[in-house]
Amino acid sequence: MTATSLTSTQGAGRAGDKIFSGAALAAGCLILAVLFGVALFLVVQAIPALTAPAAEIQGGEGFFAYIWPIVIGTLIAALIALVIATPIAIGVALFISHFAPRGLAAGLGYVVDLLAAIPSVVYGAWGAAFLAKEISPAYNWLAQNMGWLPIFQGPASATGKTILTAGIVLAVMVLPIITSLSREIFLQTPKLHEEAALALGATRWEMIKMSVLPFARPGIISAVMLGLGRALGETMAVALVLSSGALTASLIQSGNQTIAAEIALNFPEASGLKVSTLIAAGLVLFVITLAVNMIARWIITRHKEFSGAN
Amino acid sequence: MSKRIDVKDLNVYYGDFLAVEDVTINIEAKSVTAFIGPSGCGKSTFLRTLNRMHEVLPGARVEGEVLLDGDNLYGAGVDPVTVRSQIGMVFQRPNPFPTMSIRDNVLAGVKLNNKKISKGEADVLVERSLKGANLWNEVKDRLDKPGSGLSGGQQQRLCIARAIAVEPQVILMDEPCSALDPISTLAIEDLINELKDQYTVVIVTHNMQQAARVSDRTAFFNIAGTGKPGKLIEVGDTHTIFSNPTQKATEDYVSGRFG
Repeated sequence: MTATSLTSTQGAGRAGDKIFSGAALAAGCLILAVLFGVALFLVVQAIPALTAPAAEIQGGEGFFAYIWPIVIGTLIAALIALVIATPIAIGVALFISHFAPRGLAAGLGYVVDLLAAIPSVVYGAWGAAFLAKEISPAYNWLAQNMGWLPIFQGPASATGKTILTAGIVLAVMVLPIITSLSREIFLQTPKLHEEAALALGATRWEMIKMSVLPFARPGIISAVMLGLGRALGETMAVALVLSSGALTASLIQSGNQTIAAEIALNFPEASGLKVSTLIAAGLVLFVITLAVNMIARWIITRHKEFSGAN
Repeated sequence: MSKRIDVKDLNVYYGDFLAVEDVTINIEAKSVTAFIGPSGCGKSTFLRTLNRMHEVLPGARVEGEVLLDGDNLYGAGVDPVTVRSQIGMVFQRPNPFPTMSIRDNVLAGVKLNNKKISKGEADVLVERSLKGANLWNEVKDRLDKPGSGLSGGQQQRLCIARAIAVEPQVILMDEPCSALDPISTLAIEDLINELKDQYTVVIVTHNMQQAARVSDRTAFFNIAGTGKPGKLIEVGDTHTIFSNPTQKATEDYVSGRFG
């Protein structure tokens, strides 16, 4: 054969490669372009609010004074949601992946996925119309018995439309995300590692502690962060459930507000500088979410040496 | 601290499928017993019934008796967790816990069931176990590094150290060298020779030379065809099995005339 057999390319085989790599490149660039576009929009639109004289911003004390209470409110609501949802989600996921009989596990997994399919406005309506009313006696009890804690300081809200109620509703909403992602990770635990633990004389729970949870740790963190992302950005449920107001330490009084709900409630009637202010609030939310994701990545990579990937 | 195992009329099932039929065998204490036979003949399955790891798979069960110095492992009220802490196991592929350091891997079994151990005792135990597995000199300066960073052969010896740290009566090895290079294999075989001074060792191997090198007694398993149960054909002194077996099937297999 001549040298041409090495240098000439087979047209048909290479074309597929080129189309595929081109399409993959385009898809990757598109994501970057969209992200950049959104960020650019937020920054450009937010500049008037950030540079305006303090007296012209809502509240009359400047953008920072306006934004920080609702940043705190957002973080509190999301934190409540995660504190409630994470242990339950991990427990449910472990039950499905390692404890439940196979028939029950499949059904339960399906039900959890169904929870994720309920629209957020429905959760909001349920929280406002049902949960808030039913839970207010519990708030009264907390105010009477645990009132010495600033977070349970009375008098409790009579309607029950508090940040704690909003946090509970958010917990129900993020539960399916954390559960189904954790379950997938738990199921991927190498059989070899599970058997290593069992063969040493581990009980089922010890086997889970020794092999399943360490293996799943980065996955659980990712799942929780995705849940946090949803809790931070959730709008409709909070807007319906929370009777908003100024920042208060007590979780069982009305008050507090989240960024997403603040934007949704005020945007329709806003104009001029007010629109700018709300978009600036959106920019802050965007930055918070970005920071949360970067922290999650940092936590995951910090333990790379022990991840089993080497 | 080593005990003998006597198996009587053991049938092993996966659901309704009879995988291994009617095995009766005596495994002597402080000796090495090798299981040989073609793929799929049930020797690994049978090995896993000796520390009740077989039943970890859904639907898997056994009928019959496995006596550890006279105590039936499958008797009423026997906890498989206790059985497994007395009968250790080394797997086909090295499986140190990837998130644990070398030291924690060795101590993993010891710390189970809420047992507490002081740092001094732990240090002694780690050194003794790693020396017992011929790994101490290679890892003594990096005990806090992850076990998954070791070579395959070192990882397998780490798994052996982890198994002997709990001072079991018996050590089961399921093709411990099949994923290792010849030099690592030699290291493991030397180790098996040392282990039998203290422990009862049972090893499954595909490699007949290995069985001939390391074992005192050899059991040959065979299978009549796909879908049929595996059976124990013959068991005896390794020398006899390889030079003068009583069964034709054994002779065919050990001399390589096996279809």
